[in-house]
Amino acid sequence: MQFWRRPLDADTIQVPRGEIHILSEQCKGCGFCVEYCPREVLKLSDSYNKKGYHPPLAAKVDDCVHCQLCELLCPEFAIFVTPKVPSVVGIPVDTRGEEVMVGES
Amino acid sequence: MSQLTHPMESILRMNRMPHIWCPGCGIGTAMTALAEALNKTQIPLDKVAVVSGIGCTGRVAGYVKLDSFHTTHGRAIPFATGLKLANPELKVVVFSGDGDLVAIGGNHFIHAARRNMDIAVFCVNNFTYGMTGGQLAPTTPPPATSTTTPYGAYEQPFNLAHLADSAGASYVARWTVLHIRRLTKSMTEALQKKGFSFVEIICPCPTLYGRRNRIGDGLQEMQFYRDNCIIQHGADTRTIDIKFRDKIVIGKFVDRERPTFLDALNSRLLEALGNRYEPYGKVTENADRN
Repeated sequence: MQFWRRPLDADTIQVPRGEIHILSEQCKGCGFCVEYCPREVLKLSDSYNKKGYHPPLAAKVDDCVHCQLCELLCPEFAIFVTPKVPSVVGIPVDTRGEEVMVGES
Repeated sequence: MSQLTHPMESILRMNRMPHIWCPGCGIGTAMTALAEALNKTQIPLDKVAVVSGIGCTGRVAGYVKLDSFHTTHGRAIPFATGLKLANPELKVVVFSGDGDLVAIGGNHFIHAARRNMDIAVFCVNNFTYGMTGGQLAPTTPPPATSTTTPYGAYEQPFNLAHLADSAGASYVARWTVLHIRRLTKSMTEALQKKGFSFVEIICPCPTLYGRRNRIGDGLQEMQFYRDNCIIQHGADTRTIDIKFRDKIVIGKFVDRERPTFLDALNSRLLEALGNRYEPYGKVTENADRN
């Protein structure tokens, strides 16, 4: 269900996009990034790293809006996000078919 | 992709990673907040010194790529006081744990707050002594169990925010590592504040506190914070004790102006000695970084 109206300038809104980089050998599999990603981009992978943990995996890469919450929350400094250019113009649709709404950063 | 480096690399020693903290421990997140806050304030990095005591959190001094010192147990604040007085241009940051700052170093803590020493103290509170094996800490809320109180703690714990407030700190805030953006903002304010600024960072200790007290692993402890934290800025610090498995009041509680130790010293001696006294430690305005 949507509680917001579609902005009138929706066609001109620049939505940032991010590219996720995972240093899987540093990960200890705490799952903070997976749990708190607001766009549910990440999930724990089935593979193991050298220490036997499951590092995260960017499952829905195109949904990332460069909020950098995973980068800030990661206690192991194992994940970071760089802005991807060009950012999408207009409100994009995510994999669930819903419009992605992004607040002010 | 491999040539890309982590954005915190300018402040943290990435060649020391992975660090010693357990999976699910929040100290790494608190360290990110410190690095982010230092980046935001644009303080020149050669004018920053990080002092830590003993304990899990004490390892922070070794992981930052700044002037840092890992002091003896509980003596982070006296060392920081000395640094600040010897070189008033430095921005001195104390980053240590609850056992270090308010148990062994409790006396130093209240006296630095009383004197209003111009240092920023970031205290990571995980409610236990993590590195030594989960003993009862002065912050353990009863009736949580620890290795030294297997039938549950029965001592009244410290309310760190109230302790700092009543001792006279200029800035007092409390956040959990989950509230990372607010914590970063608070740290930025604390770094820019003149006087004793204190930020309590509530942090999961899955290995020795959460698991032993049936809160769960790091992630479940974070979920507990998400469900049970109430943001209440300016709350009366007398009323915000942390109880066992109960609501936690977080926010910015105190932000006031008081003369710092050096200000008070200079104004007193100028009044007593007049022209014969040359004020000590006039901080020149720092230029931007670079």
